[in-house]
Amino acid sequence: MNPAIQGLVTIAIGVGGCLAYFYFSNQLLDKVVFPARGTNAGKNINRANMVRPWLFLLPAILALGLYLAYPVFETIRLSLTDRDQGGAFVGLANYQQMASEPKFWEAMRNNMLWLIVVPALSTAFGLLAAQLTDRIKWGNIAKSLIFMPMAISFVGAAVIWKLVYDARPPGTEQIGVLNAVYVWMTGNDPQQWLTIPIWNSFLLMIVLIWIQTGFAMVILSAALRGIPEETIEAAIVDGASPLQIFFKIKIPQIAGTIVVVWTTITLVVLKIFDIVFAMTNGQWETQVLANYMFDKLFRANDWGVGSASAIVIMLLVTPILVWNVRNARKEMR
Amino acid sequence: MDNIAGTKSSLTWAVHISVALLVILWLFPTVGLFVSSFRTADQISSSGWWKALFPTEQSLVVRAAGADAQELQNGVYVIEGNLFTGENLPEGIDMSAWGTSSRDVGAYAPGDTAELRRGGTITVEANGDYRIESAEEIGGNRGQRVFVTAELPPDFTLANYEQVLFSGDRTDSMAKAFFNTLTVTIPATIIPIVIAAFAAYALAWMDFPGRALLIAAVVGLLVVPLQLALIPLLKLHLNIGIGKGYLGTWLAHTGFGLPLAIYLLRNYMVGLPRDIIENARVDGATEFQIFTKIILPLSFPALASFAIFQFLWTWNDLLVAKVFLIDATGQTTVMTNQIVELLGTRGGNWEILATAAFVSIAVPLLVFFAMQKYLVRGLLAGSVK
Repeated sequence: MNPAIQGLVTIAIGVGGCLAYFYFSNQLLDKVVFPARGTNAGKNINRANMVRPWLFLLPAILALGLYLAYPVFETIRLSLTDRDQGGAFVGLANYQQMASEPKFWEAMRNNMLWLIVVPALSTAFGLLAAQLTDRIKWGNIAKSLIFMPMAISFVGAAVIWKLVYDARPPGTEQIGVLNAVYVWMTGNDPQQWLTIPIWNSFLLMIVLIWIQTGFAMVILSAALRGIPEETIEAAIVDGASPLQIFFKIKIPQIAGTIVVVWTTITLVVLKIFDIVFAMTNGQWETQVLANYMFDKLFRANDWGVGSASAIVIMLLVTPILVWNVRNARKEMR
Repeated sequence: MDNIAGTKSSLTWAVHISVALLVILWLFPTVGLFVSSFRTADQISSSGWWKALFPTEQSLVVRAAGADAQELQNGVYVIEGNLFTGENLPEGIDMSAWGTSSRDVGAYAPGDTAELRRGGTITVEANGDYRIESAEEIGGNRGQRVFVTAELPPDFTLANYEQVLFSGDRTDSMAKAFFNTLTVTIPATIIPIVIAAFAAYALAWMDFPGRALLIAAVVGLLVVPLQLALIPLLKLHLNIGIGKGYLGTWLAHTGFGLPLAIYLLRNYMVGLPRDIIENARVDGATEFQIFTKIILPLSFPALASFAIFQFLWTWNDLLVAKVFLIDATGQTTVMTNQIVELLGTRGGNWEILATAAFVSIAVPLLVFFAMQKYLVRGLLAGSVK
């Protein structure tokens, strides 16, 4: 069957099936199982209302359970077994093997660098852009242009930036902006930037910063606009300079939002895969955890170590998870 | 709000200039790719794209007519013509230098006469007119090669798009990948919305034990890295016979998109006015009716926000497609994967890469600019509390 038709059929079955399920299960509940008639009418209505939420939730709970909750436990199990030995329990052997690989530590080191640099710079640039664009008439146009990279795929961004970093042999015309500027300013030979360790990691980070700045800007700009004007007016009356107003009046009031932006970008960084995969594939010391894991799973076919590295990513995410859940519960009360 | 106290105009200018710089810096890389996708391979490799907007000095290789064009004039064999006819070049080229050897492409000035290695002489004028003279009959069936240096006006072509979209060449073709991506994206956007909307309504407006716990669970699942799900789910799909294919990909995207969908929709639905819902209940509307007739239409902005997120995410996704969709036959490749493969096989062919990348970027950009309002609203609802 043509995939496009298959897609349409799936939409029809998926959407139709969902709607039919919700409709008929409700009908069944109200008319057959607990009918609102006869002597037990009142009791039945209450019973039906106790069951109904679960009818509404059932498909979501099934999907979440199967596609997100179950894999967490299954991955923990897999990380403790060895596929080559028929799935035998091997304790922490996979973790030990992983810890003995230099590539893993390289990935950890790079991930830590990414974790420090990308959220910090994205948030800083986002804050700067938000503060500046809010003051001018064409600010909204500027905002949407800075925000635009959000819509571009990591792979597309990788191609865009590979052109920026491109190097041609010395003496010929450079077609990458970076080398063109570098040769023009220093007169040195052009460099293969993506093959020079540490610099190349930072060049990959620039791609993500370029994408995430728009996100930070949009959220922080909304927060800046939410600051009560009296506080700023009072500061102006007291003779505060624009810089003082920004750092001592505005920043403290949007500190909560800055934290939210920072953690959201941190989550993106922890899972970063496409950019590294497409630009260097972890060569020249640019490996990161998610790409290391992909390598183990689908190149080395080592599910044990692959799962172990997935668990490492999960452990790094866990503090944010706990913090988010606690915040959500606080709000509920 | 800063003009309350009368901001200095110099400062305003500084702001204008800084924002302009920031915007240019952020646009520059994308514009580079866009411009490159309209240039030929020769143009891309001979000059930076930022020079494409101005006339540039370029070296071209052209050929004079072959031996069968020669005529005998007064006992001398002559080939005459214009180097630029039939070369698919813009009109009115004014060359600055030419040569007959690749070792010295600018050896002669227009109007000079050069000795040919195989005998005879050639004279080339600035407008491309040439005259080859030889005392003996000219042999060889290919024409004389001439290297020309000339100032060419900006020149753009759609040939790359033709090549990438319509050539039918399997390694370059994005047309198939485009439809595959579309096939993945649309069901993977619509199905989670339906499932999540019902769940979000239950979590927002129905009272039942365990509700708080479920909401906390959704918030928790929001950040679970999908890396954890790859192997267990691939194993599951292989075991129950779905294997690698569209169905598995749709299911995976649905599962991965649900937490955000439920979270966004619940947050929005909780904010709907209580009166409307309670009045409807008093009037005897069933929960199903309340949901479809009142909640769904009112929640349109939130539904649109999530739809955009999920669309961008599934369209731009590489990992899920690589794991759950693309099998050894490569029939189901998506655009992101196709581009990564082009990066490997045609890493130097920027005209193909740039065009392929732009084909895949174009749709999300359209969606982005058309529905930015909903995207921003969704972002704000999803992260700021």
